[in-house]
Amino acid sequence: MAHAATSHDTHHGDPTGWKRWVMSTNHKDIGTMYLIFAIIAGLVGGFLSIAMRLELQEPGLQYFTNPQTYNVFVTGHGLIMVFFVVMPAVIGGFGNWFVPLMIGAPDMAFPRMNNISFWLLPAAFALLGISLFVEGAPGSNGFGGGWTVYPPLATMGHPGPALDFGILSLHLAGASSILGAINFITTILNMRAPGMTMHKMPLFAWALLVTAFLLLLSLPVLAGAITMLLTDRNFGTAFFDPANGGDPILYQHLFWFFGHPEVYIMILPGFGIVSHIISTFSKKPIFGYLGMAYAMVAIGAVGFIVWAHHMYTAGLALNTQRYFMFATMVIAVPTGVKIFSWIATMWGGSIRFTAAMQWAIGFIFLFTVGGVTGVVLANAGIDRNLHNTYYVVAHFHYVLSLGAVFSIFAGFYYWFPKMSGRIIPESIGILHFWVAFIGANVLFFPMHFTGLSGMPRHYVDYPEAFAGWNRISSYGSYIFAAGLLIFFYGILRAYMSPVRAANNPWGEGATTLEWTLSSPPPHHQFDTLPRFSGSGH
Amino acid sequence: MTRRNFGATLAVLLSACFAGAAFAGTGQPSPWQMNMQTPVTEMAEFLGTLHNSVNIVIGLISAFVLLLLVIVVLRFNEKANPVPSKTTHHTGLEIAWTLIPALILVAIAIPSFRLLTMQVQLPKADITVKAVAHQWYWSYEYPEDQGGGFVFDSYMLPPEDAVKANQPALLAVDNELVLPAGKTIVVQVVGADVIHNFAIPSFGVRMDAVPGRLNQTWFKTDKEGMYYGQCSRLCGANHAYMPIAVRIVSADKYAAWLTEAKKKFASNDAQPIALAANE
Repeated sequence: MAHAATSHDTHHGDPTGWKRWVMSTNHKDIGTMYLIFAIIAGLVGGFLSIAMRLELQEPGLQYFTNPQTYNVFVTGHGLIMVFFVVMPAVIGGFGNWFVPLMIGAPDMAFPRMNNISFWLLPAAFALLGISLFVEGAPGSNGFGGGWTVYPPLATMGHPGPALDFGILSLHLAGASSILGAINFITTILNMRAPGMTMHKMPLFAWALLVTAFLLLLSLPVLAGAITMLLTDRNFGTAFFDPANGGDPILYQHLFWFFGHPEVYIMILPGFGIVSHIISTFSKKPIFGYLGMAYAMVAIGAVGFIVWAHHMYTAGLALNTQRYFMFATMVIAVPTGVKIFSWIATMWGGSIRFTAAMQWAIGFIFLFTVGGVTGVVLANAGIDRNLHNTYYVVAHFHYVLSLGAVFSIFAGFYYWFPKMSGRIIPESIGILHFWVAFIGANVLFFPMHFTGLSGMPRHYVDYPEAFAGWNRISSYGSYIFAAGLLIFFYGILRAYMSPVRAANNPWGEGATTLEWTLSSPPPHHQFDTLPRFSGSGH
Repeated sequence: MTRRNFGATLAVLLSACFAGAAFAGTGQPSPWQMNMQTPVTEMAEFLGTLHNSVNIVIGLISAFVLLLLVIVVLRFNEKANPVPSKTTHHTGLEIAWTLIPALILVAIAIPSFRLLTMQVQLPKADITVKAVAHQWYWSYEYPEDQGGGFVFDSYMLPPEDAVKANQPALLAVDNELVLPAGKTIVVQVVGADVIHNFAIPSFGVRMDAVPGRLNQTWFKTDKEGMYYGQCSRLCGANHAYMPIAVRIVSADKYAAWLTEAKKKFASNDAQPIALAANE
């Protein structure tokens, strides 16, 4: 088979020009396109959030003379960051690039499906963009009902076509992710190098495997829910309309059955990335490998049975709330296993503080902070005073913005030399880390205070008493944004410098298969499958 | 160096968290507040105490993780420890960091279940009122069989009017929800158009106002005064402008207000209502 592949290659060269990208079936090129897409979408989502912070810097209406436009910005920010930044970056980007490399596969199992997975996303993003410029609520453009799209605000509250575009956008993005999930599951289960059993597979591949199952099982439920929304809006059904026997709470159950696994979809690949970085730069194998792998499986499994903790104030029965509170708290246990195993991996190590490593250590601490506020919120009784306040905003930005996004930057600084063959000066990555670390904490830590003191989410304007901490938060967002300039400067420097990355720039600690290849790897790798003889863990 | 600053920042932030309770507002937030508003019901007091305890637990856990990270950074860097160990297993340790967090969670869950039960299991009501949420105002219905029989709307005061009246802007309303101290009040909450949320932080009360679903919540306070809350479910353009203002008065004043209100709101062509007794 290896022979056939080699002779096949000699018949035509690697595709070049636009065909290389648009018609690509190569997992590395598609991964690169995903990453570039995520960066562009990230700039759009980031712009929306800076606009919001500018508005919230002072009480009163400064920039958003129509408060509904602010709601549209909040909604756009959420949807873009979830579906078009974090997911494409960690799953489509790093997943595509490194799952085949790490398991010793020549490519993904279904290369053409990989192509359509990617190209559905720009189409989805375009639909979401269009929705911003067509009528939603009477007299204003765009959908402003939050990323959760709760009816009836999403039905009678927004009669214009904006949300129909939004729903179709989510359908396309969802289809893209489902196809990608099928591809990852097949690749990981069938295409591991000889000798690489499941229990010897790198943790990033484990993370992507669990993530892919979460996507496969949860996204169809979202698709169902938003299709019901679409028919409620356009074809006279009444799934969620109480006036005709429907129930808005049904939508919330369906949405969060997807929505809660979704948050693990965003963070699990980050767990994988951070595990490799911690192990590499501590020059030690990961501590408690099996515990780490099965903690992710446990988080994924339990993640499916805790959804109604997003609905404590919806008026659920006492026993329902009791169950969801208990189940939710259970998740803290495998999460704790991961945190302590990372620390134990570093314990006794010989740590090199590269940029990637500093981002990873920052991730561990900030994810811990975000995780423990999750324990607070899991308590339905305490949540009674925190639900839909800025405390929740602080919590999920600590786990997503400071968790998932930090893991993305960590992975970027770790794998950039492998992907591009070039080197971002370490000092730039480290400076970026510290600016982002300070900025993000100044931005999000005060939100715990505004939330505890009662400031609700999704507010364009607030009572004078909340002004102080909001001003500080806004300053933090500008610091974080300044960090992005450093990031882009680093990439620029890498491409302007003649320095090239070695096959393995990180030394003895980097033991996974991608470091055995050239930097960047050849267009087709592993023509002869590597025989994996790595020890058990 | 840098990592020590890291620790110092956290220490400052943590101590700030606990100091925050010192200037919590009553019935409304106060500038630079860092903790929950002063509780005035038994439920909110329990909620606040439980939150403060859990806050200490999570503060300690975060500090512990930070401490471990600092030790790791100082002791196991390339210079201090050039030869890495090869340890990758320690069964005892792994059991410990699974079991201990589980026990901590159980310890939190026990009082937490009690709080939850207290919030959701309604006691027998002395007074039942209905709060109906609209885009973007509240209307309150007082049942006839309890001396009411009227409905009125409650809109936010324009900020300049609120300031003139020496009331907090964006929280003050034209017609407050007036209720007596020392009585068990059950509030039936429902949405008229989209979902809203009836929230009063000082009472520890927060309930979605869902169209087609009659949710109920309750409170009882002995402290007279003004208590403010804000709509806590995104409900459209003026989501930020439909506050909830509750005035708790003595039983006598409440009786007087009822008589007055009956006249004042008589012109509202409301149906005479008798809310279902809640047993």
